[in-house]
Amino acid sequence: MRNYETTFIVDPVLSTEDIKATAQAYVEKLQKEGCEIVFVDEMGLRTLAYDINRRSNGIYYSIEYTAPNGAFLKNYELGFRRDDNILRFLTVALDKYGVQYNADKRAGKIGKAKRKKQEKPAKTEPAAHGISRKKADSPSLTGVPSGDAESFKEEE
Amino acid sequence: MASRDDIKFLSNPKIGGRKKKYCRFKRYDIKYIDYKDPDFLLTFVNEQGKILPRRITGNSLKYQRKVGQAIKRARHLAMLPYLTDLLK
Repeated sequence: MRNYETTFIVDPVLSTEDIKATAQAYVEKLQKEGCEIVFVDEMGLRTLAYDINRRSNGIYYSIEYTAPNGAFLKNYELGFRRDDNILRFLTVALDKYGVQYNADKRAGKIGKAKRKKQEKPAKTEPAAHGISRKKADSPSLTGVPSGDAESFKEEE
Repeated sequence: MASRDDIKFLSNPKIGGRKKKYCRFKRYDIKYIDYKDPDFLLTFVNEQGKILPRRITGNSLKYQRKVGQAIKRARHLAMLPYLTDLLK
């Protein structure tokens, strides 16, 4: 069973129901193939870094799922290519670290490190994703438990 | 021969010593770089959106490659630009 993650961008000019229906159709396509859906992340409306098809923003969706092999991918991606409402898509095979990262992110364990922890653990420092960077005004991820400056605790 | 204590310098001889660069992924035990996290990836990209070289960021080869791959994926998904000005 391999873990995959598909991220795709839906055209924002559609109505809300159309957008949800489009995304739902792709989730159901996977379920029909027998893939287990781990998580569907509606990342919401985001501004694109550059215009695609003369649109400057798009609705991002990210589906994480498992599949026995990559056989479903050919038809699945063909569906994406044919759909005019999908601006971009990307399918990635996740390794075990990616799976772990996604699980931790959903559990809220990944966030900015707290400054100057009083008692430092003896062996390893707390792994902090995105250390020492200013809080950017980026659109927050909806539907994902956001790590509110909770330091990432090593559980091993 | 004048001993070390006798020599006086006009400016601190230690000036110009560089801070020791390290791979932040190895040090903080980060194993996966998320391509969907453009804020984090911005630290490895210059103002024009170009990927910074390893000698600047201090990354090890393995993680520099992962960073590059994540940035290219983010560029494909329009989370990072291919080329701009005044990115940061």
